[in-house]
Amino acid sequence: MAGLYDLVRVPLHAVAHGRAGDKGNRLNISVIPYEPEAYELLAAQLTPERVLALFAHRRAAKVTRYDLPLLHAFNFVIDDVLEGGVNGSLNLDGHGKTNSFRLLSLQVEVPPRLVRAPRRRRKDHQAP
Amino acid sequence: MFRIGNGAGFSGDRIDAPGPVVDTLIARGGPAAMFFEVLGERTVALAQLEKRRDPARGYEPMLERLLEPILEKCARHGINIVGNFGAANPAGAARAIARLAERLGLGDVRIGVVEGDDLSGDIDLAQLEVVDADAMLDQGGSAMVSANAYLSAQPMVEALRAGAQIVVTGRCGDPSLALAPLIHHYGWAEDDWASLALGSAVGHLLECGSQVTGGVYYDPGFKDIPDPANIGFPIAELSADGRMVITKADASGGVVNLQVVKEQLLYEVHDPAAYITPDVTLDFTGVSLREIGSDRVEVLGVRGKPAPERLKATVCFEGGWLGEGEISVAGPNCLARAKSIAEVLLERLRRRKLNVRPRVDLIGIASVHDDDSGTLWRAYTGPEPAEIRVRLAVAGAEHGDVDQAAREVLALLCCGPAGSGGARWRTTQRIRTQSYLVPRASVTPRVTVKPAGEWL
Repeated sequence: MAGLYDLVRVPLHAVAHGRAGDKGNRLNISVIPYEPEAYELLAAQLTPERVLALFAHRRAAKVTRYDLPLLHAFNFVIDDVLEGGVNGSLNLDGHGKTNSFRLLSLQVEVPPRLVRAPRRRRKDHQAP
Repeated sequence: MFRIGNGAGFSGDRIDAPGPVVDTLIARGGPAAMFFEVLGERTVALAQLEKRRDPARGYEPMLERLLEPILEKCARHGINIVGNFGAANPAGAARAIARLAERLGLGDVRIGVVEGDDLSGDIDLAQLEVVDADAMLDQGGSAMVSANAYLSAQPMVEALRAGAQIVVTGRCGDPSLALAPLIHHYGWAEDDWASLALGSAVGHLLECGSQVTGGVYYDPGFKDIPDPANIGFPIAELSADGRMVITKADASGGVVNLQVVKEQLLYEVHDPAAYITPDVTLDFTGVSLREIGSDRVEVLGVRGKPAPERLKATVCFEGGWLGEGEISVAGPNCLARAKSIAEVLLERLRRRKLNVRPRVDLIGIASVHDDDSGTLWRAYTGPEPAEIRVRLAVAGAEHGDVDQAAREVLALLCCGPAGSGGARWRTTQRIRTQSYLVPRASVTPRVTVKPAGEWL
């Protein structure tokens, strides 16, 4: 692992992707590092407390993080964050689907080799 | 090997999606089925309101458009179709399909209807436990619009066993729609948790249509997909030995790779060790994925635990009214003008003593990530954007107050700050939902299967 002096501070979006889904007034957001190598680094930095603070202005009550080491993925479950959910909220996005990108805006510190710069073409859709 | 394709992930999905999926199933050969998931949490309540206005309606409005391109091909190739097109009126949906079938010269096609999910006639809410995710939502004693239990796959299996080529349901577990044809094909027992988990995982991954093939996924420059205007809808292949592969329609855009399958696997999941369906409790903690070819991902390690003792039922209530109004500002000093609009609107609602709960968004500064009090836009200190759209949203019990509040945005066309324009406003009825747990014994599914001609 790189030494501290090698780390750069970037939005989580440069290291990981994710998706939000709702049930009632509860939101889940998956966070999936592009490189499996980033999984342990993110596990140390993406604490439920930090995620809760990110949604404090919406009075989120609690954040639970489920770890999926086989998939190198995290699942954050955020309680009472949707201001009533799709049926009660005055938010344009009552489902809360855009909140995956609020979580992906969180700053993390990682070695530069794990940082993904935007590219014109990516190999995602090609067979290994 | 059995293949199952998905033709829609919600009511409002692309209506040209099912055709290429069916063509692919036919080209690959072998037994196959199609399923459609078109019933969101509130959709059934909106359908119930529609049925009150017109007893013949209250089912999926795009039903005929979704099925017309594929009905004849599916019937000819033995591809059964399962869908929760029924919403508040499964028999009405069956009649609509029967009319379509007759028109296409398919009067013999057998249509099965599953009913019994509608509990609105005899549900006693006081006796039921509230599902905790909704426990914070206050219903305020408003009138019930609909109450529907999430039925398991079993009634759909019964319909398929009775020869149904198209099965129409109302509310059921979303994954159950894919599970039913798999149970029918493989003959899995009702307590074969491992197999039911496999089939339900297929349903979970496919039930949102393109979300496992590139929809809700692509992020230009970071996660690109080919031809996002023509994302191929998904197909799952399941072998008798339990091997599961996710792929998609031929000659289409989109992508099936590790990243998109991981995202969809965790979509709307809370505890990954206990994803509850009416048929089985799924455990995703042992799941691993393998890319085995172009747009082909193998899913391994899905485990199953017994189904929950009680079924979930979603009850919808009248939820008062929502009023919304929007107006734009652009160019120099637009941020100050937008903030002024926000303050003026809130002041107008106070002065007129309208009984509403308001919220103002500054679209372009902070809106969807903000809270009702505008914490983020009020704290914003960044550069001024080129344009801002100001949005007022109000909720209230009385239509008059809500409508008057929304019209305050319209009034700004003359009374607002310089250079404000493009005002829109509307008032809509709201539905609120609450989920409960109901004993299985209190839910009695009914299955009817007859040829199209006999539904008319």
